[in-house]
Amino acid sequence: MSKTDLTRRGLLKTGAVAGAGVALPTIFTAQSASAFTNEPTGGSVTLGFNVPQTGPYADEGADELRAYELAVEHLNGGGDGGMMSTFSSKALQGNGILGKKVEYVTGDTQTKADAARASAKSMIEKDGAVMITGGSSSGVAVAVQALCQEAGVIFMAGLTHSNDTTGKDRKANGFRHFFNSYMSGAALAPVLAGAYGTDRKAYHLTADYNWGYTTEEAVKASTEALGWETVAAVKTPLTQTDFSSYIAPVLQSGADTLVLNHYGGNMVNSLTNAVQFGLRDKQVNGKDFQIIVPLYSRLMAKGAGANVKGIFGSTNWHWSLQDEGSKAFVKSFGTKYGFPPSQAAHTCYVQALLYADAVERAGSFNPCAVVEALEGFEFDGMGNGKTLYRADDHQCFKDVLVVKGKENPDSEFDLLEIVEVTPVDQVTYAPDHPQMGGAEATLGTCNPGA
Amino acid sequence: MLGLDKKDFRLLVIVVALTMLAPFLLNPFPESSGLAQFNAGYPDLMQRFVIFGIFAIGFNILFGLTGYLSFGHAAFLGVGSYAAIWMMKLVTLNVIPAIIMGVIFAGIFALAVGYISLRRSGIYFSILTLAFAQMSYALAYSVLTPITGGETGLQIKATDRPILSNLEPGEIGRANLFGMDMRTSFELGLGDWLFTFNSGYYIAAVFMILAFYLSIRIFRSPFGTMLRAVKSNQTRMYYTGLNARPYTLAAFVISGMYAGLAGGLLVAMDTQAGPERMFWTASGEVVLMTILGGVGTLIGPVLGAGAIKYMENILSKINKDILHQWFAILPDGIENFLVTIVYPFVGKGWHLTLGIIFMAVVIFLPGGLVEGGQRIARLFGRKKAKGDAEEATQSTPAE
Amino acid sequence: MDNSRSNLTATTGVLGAIVAFFVVVGLLFGVEATILQTLDGLSKGSAYALIALGLTLIFGTLGVVNFAHGALFMIGAFCAVTLSRVLTLSHTVIDESKTDFLGNPSKIQVPYLYDWFGKETGDAIIDWAVPLAILFSIPIMVLVGIVMERGLIKHFYKRPHADQILVTFGLAIVLQEIIKAFYGANPIPTPAPAAFSGSFDFGAMLGFDPNVIIYPYWRIIYFAFGALLIGGVFAFLQFTTFGMVVRAGMADRETVQLLGINIDRRFTLMFGLAAAVAGLAGVMYTPINSPNYHMGMDFLVLSFVVVVVGGMGSLPGAVLAGFLLGVLEAFASMGEVLEVLPGLNQIIIFLVAIIILLTRPRGLMGRKGVMEE
Repeated sequence: MSKTDLTRRGLLKTGAVAGAGVALPTIFTAQSASAFTNEPTGGSVTLGFNVPQTGPYADEGADELRAYELAVEHLNGGGDGGMMSTFSSKALQGNGILGKKVEYVTGDTQTKADAARASAKSMIEKDGAVMITGGSSSGVAVAVQALCQEAGVIFMAGLTHSNDTTGKDRKANGFRHFFNSYMSGAALAPVLAGAYGTDRKAYHLTADYNWGYTTEEAVKASTEALGWETVAAVKTPLTQTDFSSYIAPVLQSGADTLVLNHYGGNMVNSLTNAVQFGLRDKQVNGKDFQIIVPLYSRLMAKGAGANVKGIFGSTNWHWSLQDEGSKAFVKSFGTKYGFPPSQAAHTCYVQALLYADAVERAGSFNPCAVVEALEGFEFDGMGNGKTLYRADDHQCFKDVLVVKGKENPDSEFDLLEIVEVTPVDQVTYAPDHPQMGGAEATLGTCNPGA
Repeated sequence: MLGLDKKDFRLLVIVVALTMLAPFLLNPFPESSGLAQFNAGYPDLMQRFVIFGIFAIGFNILFGLTGYLSFGHAAFLGVGSYAAIWMMKLVTLNVIPAIIMGVIFAGIFALAVGYISLRRSGIYFSILTLAFAQMSYALAYSVLTPITGGETGLQIKATDRPILSNLEPGEIGRANLFGMDMRTSFELGLGDWLFTFNSGYYIAAVFMILAFYLSIRIFRSPFGTMLRAVKSNQTRMYYTGLNARPYTLAAFVISGMYAGLAGGLLVAMDTQAGPERMFWTASGEVVLMTILGGVGTLIGPVLGAGAIKYMENILSKINKDILHQWFAILPDGIENFLVTIVYPFVGKGWHLTLGIIFMAVVIFLPGGLVEGGQRIARLFGRKKAKGDAEEATQSTPAE
Repeated sequence: MDNSRSNLTATTGVLGAIVAFFVVVGLLFGVEATILQTLDGLSKGSAYALIALGLTLIFGTLGVVNFAHGALFMIGAFCAVTLSRVLTLSHTVIDESKTDFLGNPSKIQVPYLYDWFGKETGDAIIDWAVPLAILFSIPIMVLVGIVMERGLIKHFYKRPHADQILVTFGLAIVLQEIIKAFYGANPIPTPAPAAFSGSFDFGAMLGFDPNVIIYPYWRIIYFAFGALLIGGVFAFLQFTTFGMVVRAGMADRETVQLLGINIDRRFTLMFGLAAAVAGLAGVMYTPINSPNYHMGMDFLVLSFVVVVVGGMGSLPGAVLAGFLLGVLEAFASMGEVLEVLPGLNQIIIFLVAIIILLTRPRGLMGRKGVMEE
């Protein structure tokens, strides 16, 4: 009895059975009917887009949803095809996935692990979704990934930057295209050393939760390796809105660089506050005081307005990239919605396409077949150059962008300029790296559900 | 029967019937119709209905009877969840010990918080409970990460090896009841209808019926009368030589244990515990559930819990595409117009609908949904319905 | 008599505690850090005090627990956002020399103000949007307050506090969702005029090393503005006939009504005033943190803690508690403190609230019998 599972409502919804088969009362258990959870049997397949629609990340979630809608359109053969034409794998035909029309359901994660799981469960149990994707925080990603592992569906993570997602909390059914804290640190450190020298004294302000810890650890490790000294690292509550009491003591500490390990609303406020204090006009130890934001999000950086000017950080992707894939994506997204996509939108679009492509290549929606197709998969033309989905931890390895707030923006979207594209070799680490959960971290085995 | 008078027994029978038949009642629409969107008869949501029903019933024992408005009840739910998941991670995957641990730990925590907070009354009491809950949340999210898992919370992992289990290497443990997986479901297809009978739901439902029965007994007991006396006039109690504190503290701990039971069940149904369940909005939610349903009534809190969870899970999933499908038969202009009108209230706008409903209920139905039901019953003027209505109000303590 | 004596001992006790606190802190962290964090605590505290003051005004006059007060703060902030949007209303000019992200000729937004006053004056006006919003927001906030009171709150005077809380909470959700529908969920940058950017070096002025005790100009302005506003409200209540009647009404509503005074109308106006205070606190807050639709909720719990710590219904209590919690929060945020007591910054406000409520049953200055049932 222990090998039972969630229901497959898609079966009836798609209508194959509804017509004839179930006219008489039949009682069946989930396991007897199909090979894996929510096997699509009709002419369509349902994907679940689980994004924050309420709460502080609602705008980011809305952008993710736009990207998914665009991806569905392209997969079903509509629009200009976007990145499907630049994608190195040519398995996708524009006729849905395996000939089945792509349909989707949406849900609200509220950026809360509980709500995100409830929403994902309803997609799996009620709507028959065979893949769940999206999200805008690592807490949600880890929680939903664990759920998908239990339920036997694939999870394609949205925006999640914590090492844990593919580190100590990695799961066989979960995949992440977005980069992570370690990569941010590894990419940023050399650029910072080049721009600001190797004898800096850094003061860290860190959001007091898992993502903050991994980011602080990563940035500390890679900057200290290049000669920087960490003067202090102070934790700030997630619910903090005013960071002045944390910034006021910075100058007294003798530090000449402030690292803000904050994301979203925290980042907007702490950066605004730091600039308000006039820190960047000061000189300490004979050097200009500098501020660094390890993870940038253009969408959120907009909230900090002119305060981002000249401040270094890293991103997964930026619309101003000039490779064919990025150009194609920006063109089709921009034409449809009137503004360029965010990095959250990009990673979600790519994840949707990668999943579809893996199913095509595997020839089956079976999660285990998809896992096999994605593991060790090398591709190109998706905006980040040559990319590898590493088999050991289901993390994408690709170039990382080091960016800087632009001094003279041309438009309201033109906030960041790319300083350097850090090559993938420089941000690659061993799968059992201590920051990634060490030797103990394991994917487990893929779970097809029923 | 069962120590209940006739009316209470009938109410209990109704609740039993409703919970047992929920898979039918909550799935009234055929699968292929557009209205299937409104079906709520899938395991996860049904489980949430009864679990949050338990939470609200427990809250109502404190708030409905004594009038003490706790603004930190979610903390007990959270503590119950953490206790339960640790039990599963370390000792056994059977849900019963986990739930028991959840209840015990929540009870102990409630005893400590209640002992301190009940030194004050009114809003001072509310703020004390709020303060304890917010501290629990903040610490669980940050410095207690080694115990609570912080932001990502706790799940059962492949590396967890509970002592009393015989998992194969690499196998991820699953919550079960003496071997029965919580997610086992039987599906019944009847024509275009599909009904799901989930073992986890029925286990939770049994717990809710027991909790409901216990709450009726408490409401009708001398202890319950004493609690109502606390609400109506505490000073007079003192003058008659009675100390109210032990009674209110007992009520507080009982309602904390209800919250712990709900927390333990949440973990049993979905093996995950996170700090957001202790945030003040979660405490506020149970207050809203209780008031929305009808404070001090027996059935009200359950209805309120159902209403809020329904909106959270069903309304939030309606997107523009679905709206277009619904109105597709209408001419384009009207279709677009209707979609534009409805769209702000569903999907990402579900909070707006929630806010409007709160306001509407409080303004027009001070007695909550129960009062709404009574009014409808009165409208039809059927004698039997009137009897039911009286039964529901009967438990409302005098102000 | 007894009452005034206990007040006196309480006052000396509080003063003694404050002095002792600063002596200890000064010895522990040094004078510079103490001055700096105190300054910061006062500036933070002025925001808390302003919101708590408005809440207490409403509670003290109308006896209503207003959970929508945070929303009023948020609406105030969005008055500033709206004004800066209005000032930058633009028409589109196509610039062939540049291209936008799709490679089309870029469209440049030119504010009408440029056309009317020229670029320089136009920029100056836009730059001063936040201070201008003060004038713009007062009538709006008073109106919002009065409409809220007449349209909704009025019907809840006789209802239980739980109903008041629920209906105002519902209103708060509705208001913030409406703002979200129009302005989105992301924060919107609303900077202070360029003249006020940067920070003031107190240290240099007081003879310390330069660059040690610096504090942003705008936050100093916020503190001064808050102090002025609080002083103004107190003066209004203390020295005008209107204020006197309101105070009398707060103490004994029925007697004042028996004297033939329409106290209800005055209380309605007080609601408008409280809304304006919250709104102004919001307007001035926008340069400190970019406003977003949920900023009111972020402040709501905190401001209730402040009100209760101060004592329900006591205006001076609310102000005192606001500054007190602000200062304590500032000190609890110091790295030195957190090294010894990790996580203290997460709970300080609540911890202090618990200690105060356990030692002083009705908060710092609460009256007996208010909101104790």
